[in-house]
Amino acid sequence: MDRLIHLDDLSVGARTGGAAPIQVLRGITLDVRPNEVLGLVGESGSGKSTVALSMMGYLDQGLELLGGDAIFDDTSMFDITRTELEALRGGEICLVPQNAGQSLTPTMTIGRQIEESLMLHTDLPPADRKTAVTDLLAQVRLSSPGQIRDRHPHELSGGQQQRCAIAMALAGRPRVLLLDEPTTGLDVTTQVHILELLKDLCRQHGVAMVFVSHDLGAVARISDRVAVLYAGELVELGTSLEILKKPSHPYTRGLLSSIPKIDGARIPQALPGYPPKLSAARSACAFAPRCAHRQEICLGEPPPLNETADGRMVRCHFDSGNFPQGGLQGQTGRFAADDKNERLLELRNLAISYHRPGLFRRITGQGDKRRTLTVDNVNLVLHKGETIAVVGESGSGKSTILRSIVGLVPPCKGTMRMENGESLDRATDVRSLQCKKDIQMIFQNPDSSLNPRKTIAEILTAPLQLYFDMDRATALDRAAGLLESVRLTRDYLGRTPDQLSGGEKQRVGIARAFAAEPDLALCDEVTSALDVSVQAAVLELLSKLQRENGVAYLFVSHDLATVRAVADRVLVLYQGRICEIGPVEAVYKPAFHPYTEALMEAVLEPDPDAQSHVEISDIVETAPPGAGCPFQLRCQRKVGKICDDTTPPAQTVNGHTIFCHIDRDRLSLLQG
Amino acid sequence: MLKVLLRRLVMAVFTLVFVAIVVFGVTEALPGDACTAYLGKLAQGERLSRCQSGLGLDKSSAERFFDWSGRALQGDFGDSLKRKRPISDIIAPRFRNTVILGTSAALIGIPLAIILGVIAGVYRERFSDHVVSGIALLAMTIPEFVIATVLIFLFAISLKWFPAVTILPTEASVAEILPNIILPMITLAFVMTAHILRITRASVIDTMSSEFVKMATLKGVPFRRILFRHMLPSALLPTINIVALTMAWLLSGVVVIEKVFNYPGLGTLIIQSIFDRDLPLVQAIALMFAVMYIAVNLIADFLVILLNPRLRTRVSAEGG
Amino acid sequence: MIPAADAIRFGTGRSRLAGTVIVFRDIVSRPVGAIGLFLVVFHLLLAVAASFITPYDVALQNADRILQAPSWAHPMGTDSLGRDVFSRTITGGRISIVITLVSAVIAALWGGLTGVSLGLVGGRIDEWCMRLVDAFLAIPGLLFLLLIVSFTGGGVYALIPTLAFFNGISVIRIGRGAAQGVAVKDYITAARVRGHGSRFIVFQEMMPNLQDILLVEWAMRWSWMMLAFSSLSFLGFGATPPTPDWGLMISDSREFLTVAPWAGVWPAIFLSTLIIGINLFADALGKALRVNPQQGVI
Repeated sequence: MDRLIHLDDLSVGARTGGAAPIQVLRGITLDVRPNEVLGLVGESGSGKSTVALSMMGYLDQGLELLGGDAIFDDTSMFDITRTELEALRGGEICLVPQNAGQSLTPTMTIGRQIEESLMLHTDLPPADRKTAVTDLLAQVRLSSPGQIRDRHPHELSGGQQQRCAIAMALAGRPRVLLLDEPTTGLDVTTQVHILELLKDLCRQHGVAMVFVSHDLGAVARISDRVAVLYAGELVELGTSLEILKKPSHPYTRGLLSSIPKIDGARIPQALPGYPPKLSAARSACAFAPRCAHRQEICLGEPPPLNETADGRMVRCHFDSGNFPQGGLQGQTGRFAADDKNERLLELRNLAISYHRPGLFRRITGQGDKRRTLTVDNVNLVLHKGETIAVVGESGSGKSTILRSIVGLVPPCKGTMRMENGESLDRATDVRSLQCKKDIQMIFQNPDSSLNPRKTIAEILTAPLQLYFDMDRATALDRAAGLLESVRLTRDYLGRTPDQLSGGEKQRVGIARAFAAEPDLALCDEVTSALDVSVQAAVLELLSKLQRENGVAYLFVSHDLATVRAVADRVLVLYQGRICEIGPVEAVYKPAFHPYTEALMEAVLEPDPDAQSHVEISDIVETAPPGAGCPFQLRCQRKVGKICDDTTPPAQTVNGHTIFCHIDRDRLSLLQG
Repeated sequence: MLKVLLRRLVMAVFTLVFVAIVVFGVTEALPGDACTAYLGKLAQGERLSRCQSGLGLDKSSAERFFDWSGRALQGDFGDSLKRKRPISDIIAPRFRNTVILGTSAALIGIPLAIILGVIAGVYRERFSDHVVSGIALLAMTIPEFVIATVLIFLFAISLKWFPAVTILPTEASVAEILPNIILPMITLAFVMTAHILRITRASVIDTMSSEFVKMATLKGVPFRRILFRHMLPSALLPTINIVALTMAWLLSGVVVIEKVFNYPGLGTLIIQSIFDRDLPLVQAIALMFAVMYIAVNLIADFLVILLNPRLRTRVSAEGG
Repeated sequence: MIPAADAIRFGTGRSRLAGTVIVFRDIVSRPVGAIGLFLVVFHLLLAVAASFITPYDVALQNADRILQAPSWAHPMGTDSLGRDVFSRTITGGRISIVITLVSAVIAALWGGLTGVSLGLVGGRIDEWCMRLVDAFLAIPGLLFLLLIVSFTGGGVYALIPTLAFFNGISVIRIGRGAAQGVAVKDYITAARVRGHGSRFIVFQEMMPNLQDILLVEWAMRWSWMMLAFSSLSFLGFGATPPTPDWGLMISDSREFLTVAPWAGVWPAIFLSTLIIGINLFADALGKALRVNPQQGVI
């Protein structure tokens, strides 16, 4: 078979002192064929980026080649001169980096950086380079490429930076494009735009692509073949249809079933445990500790990479037929709906602004006109034991609402009150201890939410001693109990956060919130910093705790699929204004608010058949428009002038409200 | 950008006023006044009162401050108590000499520091880095007067290449100063190089591990081009301000070095005037040192603003 | 219930002692750190024990033995007044070490606390205080030391508050930057939202993350002050004769550099090794605590 890149038993590792090296990649054998898109999937630490970079003969600092080779077009990338390597890199084989914002040189204009690629890798005369740059920028669908050319990277939005990075890669007229998590960190709508662009480019130019991602949805959308990596090993390789529809390796199956589905109102099946540490020797199947079908032999010897009857490669001791196919087995995240009528929290006409007008403007009363409200006109009633999800892209003000509820940002209009009469308009410091105890917060980033200098015991006993005045021994005992309730053992008490994995830290964060026995827990993107296989377990844990404690959640997320699994009601926010609010079943069925519709379409399901057709533009708005509908600038169903100058009315049926000028029946019809 | 420049300028003026107040205030707060300090045991009777009225010490502190600073703005610091001459006349040639010493040391030291710093950073933890960093550490930690003494011993006494101490009239012409300046200049440049080298090295190492240098490597850019086009602009920009701070801090070093070589600059003068307890002169020189410090920092600020695209084009980086 | 032993273990985590041991091992494991620590400890011990070792009275002048070369009687020779250079050299660090060590501790404490508070308070107060700090940096510190020493008549001990004050100003910036870095962390937000008082937040949540930075800063300041103090002594404004002091001894010996270099060489070596030692130690300490010490001086 024709092949462009051939990885031959590639092993990469780091030598540490005297002992055996730490292995990051173990004997990877893999081909990239001309014109194909190969997806490389794995979680953090799986070595997927290292695989991609070694195709360019590049290893990160501290890593070295332990064995094998990477061959590009009959050239060994680890065995050629620097000049030859420089000619290939950026020319025949190009990289689109993960974080374009940091990967573009900050002191050079976009134009000069692309020109540099043209200069190094094409024989274009200098005079023609400027127009060539503009052409390239136009090719990646940047509006006004002439202006972008003269900008510095920091003057562009994340989506624009990513496009520039792609244009720079195309400048070398590559035969292979390596894409290292090119859409991670971008908003969902932008992400879909970039994927569409890449697909088209692949078709037009006939380049092969290696698409590295942790996101099976994105991989499914673009890849012809998929390679699944786990702990530095290739565990499964096949066509994307085979792998995504009929996964064979238990890890692939677990990974697929741990992804929340937008059409399934269930918490996905969690993969137990965490990926292994990259220790030196491996005498068992790396996945065995987490595998549901584990046998004696799995712990005894590492499995070889077998070719199955249908031509794919699977690293497992057993044929896929031997154990039942995985599927959605999780339970619903919501618990019986009968006792959810008791009110807990009410937000009325809430408006929040970060910008405080100066003293002069406050005195002369000019303040209100000038400031832009980050959040405006939010009305919400949360019942006991209920989960309301707040959905929106970055900058939608969803986290601001949470910060306001806990008293970090004062509201500038409207009221917030708990049902027991406690007003939440006051700042944290002046609230009663009881009030603070009732509302707890769980943070997005587990690395930042636990004090690195404290033990888990100190972290968990702090709220216990604060709220319940427990003595140390009782508090420690209770802390151990809390750890057990988040499925960690009590010997975690003596550890510090740096000894924990991301998922474990997040569990401790949850345990700390539940130490207060709150009525309301505010969850701020609690799963988005975690690996896919760990996310489901955290969702499941949250729902278990809700069943046990009757706590209500205000669950902020950008991911409609995750929300569907846990929420009772959903609130869609754009630029701090409510677009749509209603019970989860109603929100996920037409009629949608046009923005919800766009978000729905942007959700990437791990289904190779799915098609996306995003119609809204991915421009970044920094402030809501002064009048009219907040979504007017990007709306794909804009009807006319009325959208620009009149605030859209609320249309409510059965508790499901849409703020749009288009009649909901008509929306239903349009959205089919 | 103009707004930023203006703001820096205003800050500099504010700083200068503040330093003037402090310099004046501290001498006020010292026990006694300029006359009792100067006259010592003779400070009594008519002699004291004549001196005091000569300095206007009968007026209130605030009055005298405005008087003093107002005249200082016009370059008039009054008369020296000891030398009975206008202070500005005493200071002017010495100020020139110190500026010559400092600038020539900077002209040698800064380029050398940057080159060596980049080399040490690029070849981090290798032999050349260890040598360069090791020497830099020695230069930073061994006191200037020890280094100066060693240099005198080597080049002036043993090899007799340069004069050991300057025996020059203060108003000597630049040509006359030049042979005398070499040893003090080398000492100052040595210490200055060490400090700036360490800053540069750290900054280069930081930039080397950045994503954009990795990206440039993977774009097939030859190393030399990466170094000059991609890395150095980002690595050197942030060091400008620190370099300015370091240089200004080295002004204190100038005092010691001038003293060792008996170089006719502001440093030897301030030490002499402190021994003479000539407070008006001390105040004036302290102010001159502050002016030099502020000027160096202001130049650095302007350079950074002019060179840094982020500051030059203040198009909402946070918005995009 | 959890046993008491466990309670102690969990409560303090890697206990203070264990933590110190880990940091100590790390420092010693680096060649740079081992040399630095050795030099610092050597000089500290010598300063304490000097009076018991000195073969001669440090102030004893002997007109018969002027500028003698090193011998068995005088291992480092004698100076221009016939005093024993060995005795004077091993005692010569005392006064500077005492003064700079005390000043460095005060500087790190007042500068650190002020900086941390400013970082926490933020807003206008912070902004104006930082402008003041910047302005203070424009004051030539060494000149001020000269002024204070020569006009207050308080002797060398008047240097302690002055050194501490001016160095503390520089520490403010470091402390403030560090506090701002920690203050934005979610765990601080979590503690605030939970309702802990500011004392708990500052001393329980923030300080453990800041103390390392201040510790390294203290070491750097100490080295800077040793340089400054010896410069003062050299210029004749520090220790007063006949007190043995390295800077002063080097200054005194310069006249006889060609005939009796030993009178200046030994104090210069001792002074330099101490400052090098402090610097190496500070470097290793910073690496062991994973603090990036400010590369610049200010």
